[in-house]
Amino acid sequence: MSETSVALPTLTAKDFSTDQEVRWCPGCGDYSILAQVQKIMPGLGLPKENIVIISGIGCSSRFPYYMNTYGMHSIHGRATAVATGLKATRPELSVWIVTGDGDGLSIGGNHTIHLLRRNLDVNILLFNNQIYGLTKGQYSPTSEENKVTKSTPFGSIDHPFNPLALAMGADASFIARTMDRDPKHLQAMLTRSYQHKGASFLEIYQNCNIFNDGAFEIFTEKSSKPNEALFLEHGKPLVFGAAQNKGIRLDGLKPVIAELGDGISTDDLWIHDERDFYKAQVLIRMFDDPRIEGHFPRPFGVFYESDRACYEDVMWMQIEETIATKGPGNLDKLLRGKEVWEIA
Amino acid sequence: MERKEAVLQDVVIKFAGDSGDGMQLTGQQFTNNTALLGIDLATFPDFPAEIRAPQGTLPGVSGYQIRFSSDRVFTPGDLCDVLVAMNAAALKANLKSLKPGGKIIANIEGFDAKNLRLANYPDGVNPINDGSLDSYELIKVDVTKMTREALKDFHDLGTKEKDRAKNMFVLGFIYWMYNRNLDNTIDFITEKFGKKETILQSNIKVLQAGYNYGDTTETFTTRFRVEKAKLPAGTYRSIMGNQALAYGLIAASQKSKLPLFLGTYPITPASDILHELSKHKNFGIRSFQAEDEIAGITSAIGASYGGSLGVTTTSGPGMALKGEAMGLAVMLEIPLLIIDIQRGGPSTGLPTKTEQSDLLQAYYGRNGECPMPVVSASTPSDCFDAVYEAVRIAVQHMTPVIFLSDGYIANGAEPWKFPKSEDLPTIEVKFKTELGHDEDKFMPYLRDEKLVRPWAVPGTAGLEHRIGGIEKQNITGNVSYEPENHQLMVRIRQEKVDKVAEYIPEQQLDSGAEKGKLLVLGWGSTYGAIKSAVMELQAEGLEVSHAHLRYIRPFPKNLGDILKNFEQVLIPEINNGQLIKIIRDQYLIPAKGYHKIMGVPITKTELVMEIKKLL
Repeated sequence: MSETSVALPTLTAKDFSTDQEVRWCPGCGDYSILAQVQKIMPGLGLPKENIVIISGIGCSSRFPYYMNTYGMHSIHGRATAVATGLKATRPELSVWIVTGDGDGLSIGGNHTIHLLRRNLDVNILLFNNQIYGLTKGQYSPTSEENKVTKSTPFGSIDHPFNPLALAMGADASFIARTMDRDPKHLQAMLTRSYQHKGASFLEIYQNCNIFNDGAFEIFTEKSSKPNEALFLEHGKPLVFGAAQNKGIRLDGLKPVIAELGDGISTDDLWIHDERDFYKAQVLIRMFDDPRIEGHFPRPFGVFYESDRACYEDVMWMQIEETIATKGPGNLDKLLRGKEVWEIA
Repeated sequence: MERKEAVLQDVVIKFAGDSGDGMQLTGQQFTNNTALLGIDLATFPDFPAEIRAPQGTLPGVSGYQIRFSSDRVFTPGDLCDVLVAMNAAALKANLKSLKPGGKIIANIEGFDAKNLRLANYPDGVNPINDGSLDSYELIKVDVTKMTREALKDFHDLGTKEKDRAKNMFVLGFIYWMYNRNLDNTIDFITEKFGKKETILQSNIKVLQAGYNYGDTTETFTTRFRVEKAKLPAGTYRSIMGNQALAYGLIAASQKSKLPLFLGTYPITPASDILHELSKHKNFGIRSFQAEDEIAGITSAIGASYGGSLGVTTTSGPGMALKGEAMGLAVMLEIPLLIIDIQRGGPSTGLPTKTEQSDLLQAYYGRNGECPMPVVSASTPSDCFDAVYEAVRIAVQHMTPVIFLSDGYIANGAEPWKFPKSEDLPTIEVKFKTELGHDEDKFMPYLRDEKLVRPWAVPGTAGLEHRIGGIEKQNITGNVSYEPENHQLMVRIRQEKVDKVAEYIPEQQLDSGAEKGKLLVLGWGSTYGAIKSAVMELQAEGLEVSHAHLRYIRPFPKNLGDILKNFEQVLIPEINNGQLIKIIRDQYLIPAKGYHKIMGVPITKTELVMEIKKLL
């Protein structure tokens, strides 16, 4: 997707930071995400002025103010729709959407699914902290059941979204998950999201140390991460565990945890194929509550990628085809129409 | 048989039938036929919200009224000379609007026992047989029977399919009555059904049968003719409001060299703008049917941010949904056009009926201090010029603009002396492309003498900046929560909109003296009724004048002076009094209102009575 033929000045992460004071709470996971985005940007080979970051409302949506590119901090839930209008009219721009679990899945859920099905070539970074931070601590559509928050003193009764399953249901052409506390993986996933031609949906587990501290600790802390997080790699078996001694095997359509050794080798395991539409649905459904005995590890990485025509390209193609068949629009012909009469 | 020919000056026909009877198409065909003869006309389509309301019932009646005249006409007429009633319900629903002594053309089959019952006539009562219509000229025609008879050789067609052509019989008959030829309708049918030979031939056959029926039946001794109207010289075509609006947008896009992006969600009565614009992709138009009203406007904001002409179209309920995004556009200070084809409200209200429902919503319906210009159209063809102006204001003043039309204008048709593209004024647009020699950093909210900020679009090197819905610091555009800054910015945004008044024409009187006893002040679709009423009263020697607003926010600079020249000001509106509140507020005058909220236009007759009460 790189379209640069002229030599670009070499940019560094610093070139992408602004003079605005970053106002997230100290210790917020957003700092890491900002840092990784600033780090990968120079490597994309894009002129800075061709990058646009559009956000909605929420803690994460302050993001554009801290990126020295073009940016718009829009209104609650609508970043995806604003980005749709921009990308549809300016396909040459690299458009990034920064949203959260409330912004992108609750108030703006509708636009998210429609952007995914239309498949505009944009990158959605969904910062999921499983809580409403900016409004000071209500449960979100990704909060686990029975969560005690300010608005749910007796525990939440909502069933949470599985964001990736939602994206899959909307026929997203790129679906991935990463975490704020694994900078390398985060950088790799950001780059992959950029490289994908089509709508990229990247869920980023992000810690809110004020209202939901430790929500993803089990996946991010050294002590539990190896057993609880499963890192996906294309063409490689699904292996996890501190000693890389466990894996996922498919029993028909059902995933099963397998201990390696004792006659079971990595050859018996599920080999990850990012292009497998059907297996991606099973993989995405490995979304157990880690509090449950015998739960699956949570996968991270690229779950699914496919090539599908982008909305803005087909939109332009239709315009070109119409011009080819009807000729370029002629205003006088249009205004005159088919039937006229003269008054002397 | 000897036939007489009578010349008439002014005729009103109402085609009324079941919503499946094709009355809208019949009316439109007659309208085109009339227009091509250079006769002036105005139309009023009136149809139910349901696509197919229960057949034969009163709520299912669909009507199309056309007034045509050798004189100028400004309204579709208060009362009809001719009522075509395809069934009993159509007669019942429209009889009150027929002139005493007027003609009723009744389809006999539409008055059978079943249709009479559905139209709630008491058992045994049939108005076309019981003498109750003796004060009218009743013409009973067995349309269904003759349609079937005309198609007896079309063995491929079932009875149901044959009956579908019966509107063509009526149209053919009316063409005969008014001395017309069938060519334009035959062309239309040929284009519409070109690939379906049987349907094509059967429709033409029935159309001719209706015409021949008039010619051969001895009942009719007189045919009528209406002469060409004395319109200003030029080339004319027939145009409907939403079509003119779409053309105005295309013209403005061409003349500003801004690609047009329409982000919208279908809603009655605005959808035809989407349909029309979607046809003309060879003008580079990107029409985007969004997932909802909010995505409609926010995608248009995204397009404008990228340097396109962003437009969204809607009606009342959609306006309510777009409110927050309009506020964003006000904060971003980018061009955007919000087109509201008003309909009866609140809530779903009366989707297919007209109302000047949303002026207060357009003025005030957003959170915070959120001013934006408001422009309105007063007739179908005026939509072209008015929307062109709305675009000019939006792009030259870097502001969202609300454009108000309504269902009556949107679906109404009139002759239009269309402009040549070379005569349309160019719309100058300035993008900021680089830093000035005295600038070391781009200041997105640094303003010019109009208080307008620069339009710097993504892709422009060196002007990277961030904007958003949070309050901006003056000049830099950075986020600011400072108390003094907020007050300053609120006032600047207001002043910027107020300043538009310096860049629009002064208000003119439509008719009447500059001073006098009474000024009738209107806006939007009441234009024709007010004009006709005022001109009639002026002819009687009454001191009454008419001013009609296109620019509603800000008002033209001289409006206050005009208002002061009259002892009284009357503001008729199709709502419960909206412009009147704003006029009273801004000019502190005791304006009087006349309010009709029935989903139909104000008539000339009722306005004449209302004005006379004040004089």
